[in-house]
Amino acid sequence: MGRGIDFGQIFALIAVLALAVVPLPDSIAPYRPAWAAVVLIYWSLASPRRAGFIATFLTGLALDALSGTLIGQHALALLIVVYVTRKLYLRLRAFPVSQLALFVAMLLAVYQFVLFWMDGVAGRAVSGLETWAPVLGGTLLWIAMWSLLDRGRREAPARL
Amino acid sequence: MGAPGKSGDGVGRGGLPLGVRFLLLALLSCTLMVLDHRDRYASELRQALSLAVYPIQLVVDAPFSAWQWATESLADRRALLEENEQLKRDQLHASARLQRLAALEVENARLRELLESTARLTDRMLVAEILSVDLDPYRQRFNLNRGAADGAYVGQALLDASGVVGQLVRVGALTSEAVLITDADHAVPVAINRNGLRTIAVGTGDSGRLRLPYLTHSADVEVGDLLVSSGLGGVFPAGYPVGHVVEVRARPGQSFAEVIAEPAAALDRDREVLLVWTADDEDEPAATTRTDGEPDGESETEQNLAEAR
Repeated sequence: MGRGIDFGQIFALIAVLALAVVPLPDSIAPYRPAWAAVVLIYWSLASPRRAGFIATFLTGLALDALSGTLIGQHALALLIVVYVTRKLYLRLRAFPVSQLALFVAMLLAVYQFVLFWMDGVAGRAVSGLETWAPVLGGTLLWIAMWSLLDRGRREAPARL
Repeated sequence: MGAPGKSGDGVGRGGLPLGVRFLLLALLSCTLMVLDHRDRYASELRQALSLAVYPIQLVVDAPFSAWQWATESLADRRALLEENEQLKRDQLHASARLQRLAALEVENARLRELLESTARLTDRMLVAEILSVDLDPYRQRFNLNRGAADGAYVGQALLDASGVVGQLVRVGALTSEAVLITDADHAVPVAINRNGLRTIAVGTGDSGRLRLPYLTHSADVEVGDLLVSSGLGGVFPAGYPVGHVVEVRARPGQSFAEVIAEPAAALDRDREVLLVWTADDEDEPAATTRTDGEPDGESETEQNLAEAR
């Protein structure tokens, strides 16, 4: 790899996994954001070298093991989201926050749709409008992350 | 640091273009999903993964366990004494009933002998703790801190102090995943205790309700009837309470009545459940080694898994 181990990245990914399963009160549980997707989108935009495909894939597998979905389900959804973001990240960074947030909401909807679709293929579909609630939670979380963490980064040149 | 001078959407570290690396891993994910879906060729991988994420589950569960421990150890003397009194009373009642049960069991065995049917053996149980880990909010599933190392197997029944809780759907090395009887994909074969009428209780996705969709209008069912597991289907041992009927409604124009039951077990309040090994799960030699409460893990588990399939 030619670089040291990024402890910040590993710690953040483990925290993301824990947050994905930590018990929430029933009233807000449906809005639980897809933490892994939000953090990986943030990294793909702010410091792409952290959102590597291998790390994404392994995070997805761990999420699958934690949440009891098919192995590879979260991995595939995360890979798609990260690929699209990394493909477009230089253009996206020029967007104002409001448009960026809209794009992120769209990506999170895609993420949710892939998970939902795979559930359907496996014959365990859960229907209902509430299935899309995490998109809302995730977008709000992403806006918070972007405005809090990205102050110093925005002026810095694109790093790899 | 990363490879300087290369643009982000061009060639990556590995030398392969971004799109190729994405496609390779996406294909790998799809392959894994198919393997996992098609009868669990990937079960070893899942076991390894669940072992790898076990520390995370423990960390997430730790504050909840710690809180419980703290409330228990900081409870005041009077409360403890009261609880002790209560438990002593319960114990007295229970042992009085047990004395009768012993006599009844002997009588039952004798009568079964007369009928030349095999005697029912007692079930072996093991306490498992529910990990405070949230899974999908739309599925009634949870994780337990017992796995293949404790002899748990897929399809094993779970009980609590007041009734049937659910069954195991996946078993890892140290943890397992269980589904509640109220999950929308779950059904329990039950019998109405009053008259022995057999039917099926289907989950609704709401942990306080079960549906009995296969009872006709003329079926003899009343509000308050106790439902017990019928033992058909071979997953749940017979005779444990499943729920109470709370609503019977005739639907004109439909061939089946709408019958709603409330689960007997405290499904959303349990911290601990019991894993049950029913008598016919185990062969005679296995039964003797298991009575000591320390099953030796692997061989028996494999045998149990084979039986469960």
